[in-house]
Amino acid sequence: MKFIKNATKALLVISLAVVLTACGNDAEGDTKSSKENLATIAISGSTSVGPLAEKLAFKYEENNDVKIEINQIGSSAGITNAINGVSEIGMSSRDLKQEEIDSGLNETVIAYDGIVVVTHPTNKVKDLTLEQVKKIFTGEVTNWNELGGEDLEIVVVSREDGSGSRDAFQEIVDFSSGELVRSAIIASGNGNIKTTVATNKHAVGFISFEYIDDSISTIDINGVEATAENVLQQKYKLSRPFLFVNNEENLTDAGQQFIDFILSPDGQAVVSETGAIPVQ
Amino acid sequence: MTSAPIEKQNIGNGKSNKRKYMLESLSSKLFLFCALLSVLSLLLIVGFVFYRGSHPFIAGGYSFFDFIFGVDWVPSEDKFGIFPMIVASIYATIGALIIGVPIGLFTAIFLSEIAPKRVRKIISPAVQLLAGIPSVLYGVFGLAIIVPFLQNYLGLVKGQSLLAVILVLAIMMLPTIVTVAETAIRAVPKTYREGSLALGASEIGTIFKVVVPAAKSGIMAAIVLGLGRAIGETMAVILVAGNSLITPTSLTDSVRPLTTNIALEMGYAAGVHQEMLFATGIVLFSFILILNFVLAKISARGAN
Repeated sequence: MKFIKNATKALLVISLAVVLTACGNDAEGDTKSSKENLATIAISGSTSVGPLAEKLAFKYEENNDVKIEINQIGSSAGITNAINGVSEIGMSSRDLKQEEIDSGLNETVIAYDGIVVVTHPTNKVKDLTLEQVKKIFTGEVTNWNELGGEDLEIVVVSREDGSGSRDAFQEIVDFSSGELVRSAIIASGNGNIKTTVATNKHAVGFISFEYIDDSISTIDINGVEATAENVLQQKYKLSRPFLFVNNEENLTDAGQQFIDFILSPDGQAVVSETGAIPVQ
Repeated sequence: MTSAPIEKQNIGNGKSNKRKYMLESLSSKLFLFCALLSVLSLLLIVGFVFYRGSHPFIAGGYSFFDFIFGVDWVPSEDKFGIFPMIVASIYATIGALIIGVPIGLFTAIFLSEIAPKRVRKIISPAVQLLAGIPSVLYGVFGLAIIVPFLQNYLGLVKGQSLLAVILVLAIMMLPTIVTVAETAIRAVPKTYREGSLALGASEIGTIFKVVVPAAKSGIMAAIVLGLGRAIGETMAVILVAGNSLITPTSLTDSVRPLTTNIALEMGYAAGVHQEMLFATGIVLFSFILILNFVLAKISARGAN
């Protein structure tokens, strides 16, 4: 009987705990930080910058008495939060729009991200213009022989709607999700795109620089090779900055120190570890 | 003097009885609680999915008709039509049935009627083991073997296709069909077979004219269960389907069934987009509900 009583108690406790944790995720984080009386830096924004920011924050927290809270909610939402002061720092994986700059935001480029168009290693097409890339992904060009390759049908591989890389790619190449050719294979994740392209000689896709290896062949854009150097010199078009943005009034000392850390050699080492391109 | 110990004993008995009853009622309450827990989970899940999924149609002014019959799914442009996915789900399931049911049924017949004990001892566990393979491994198998095979030997432009989905699903539904159908066939009374054989019917004739018809409702249940497995499968399908947003017109088209649409986009979705994925879940759930209803009908008929 005791056992059963205890078991019932335990069940109650467990279910209570489940309910409580489900309701109180945010509250828990708050109490923790106030208990330990740490300075808190609230950061929100791009899901592409997020993983990098997490790694930087982890490294920074090791040696400094701060708590960094990162919410990955998308670039636009993060920028809005930074303008309103909801978050101290916003993360963006796209350039700021004019009205966003006008509302008094400071931007700091913490890294660059490069996107590269990839094909099967046997594909003879090695160089395309952005216009040609657009024609491929919108279905205007459907055979590799129109681009100087073999007589093979083109199979387009893209990411799922809502993916940061896909947004960035479409923005730079200049077409909308609705224009993407309907028969495109949709793969979830960079790795999946790479595998699909590496096993299909018809295929073309796009991935982040960090995923480049011998299993696929990379395409030059306007004659410029996809290298970190070319991104830094702003010659390579398929690239985007990773930005930290902040409202001047809201930036605390702790926040400024974190940004300084990111731009320091230690911080930039973390950047290159995660596969992004360091600023220096 | 003598009455005292008896009284004491009585009291003792009463105590232990009380204890016993309390234990009884406590344990029955515990069991009730456990039973309610699963009902509660069902209600919570269904309630949550319906609450989130119906929101855009009730509060957002989206038309449910356009949602079901719309052919464009472009969340970033506010277009939500899942008709291609419904068609893909149905085609994939029917295709898997066409391949999976005969193979599964013949396997079940072989195992229950024809196979010598020694052969059965090998095949039966093998089939059951097939059911235990995590579905993502079926997907990896499909991606590594079936997709390249279709590309290289059938000359398809891309192996990720309706055909690949059908093949993977057909393999996945086999264990369900085989085990349930085998049990049903085994449950047919021996006298049926003996009667038929005694009348001079051949063994195969007996199986198909007597045993299988007698086990019909069980076999139908097996098929419906397999169907449920096929229509709800996600992880294996997501890897081999290609997930293109077109209404399939041939076996070689890439498709996106309902399940993969949810799994593929939930990670990045927010706002209406997310709610529309829940709405996709409602449609999927309706399919499963209909199947369960059919299954209940079948087993009720079988009981009669």
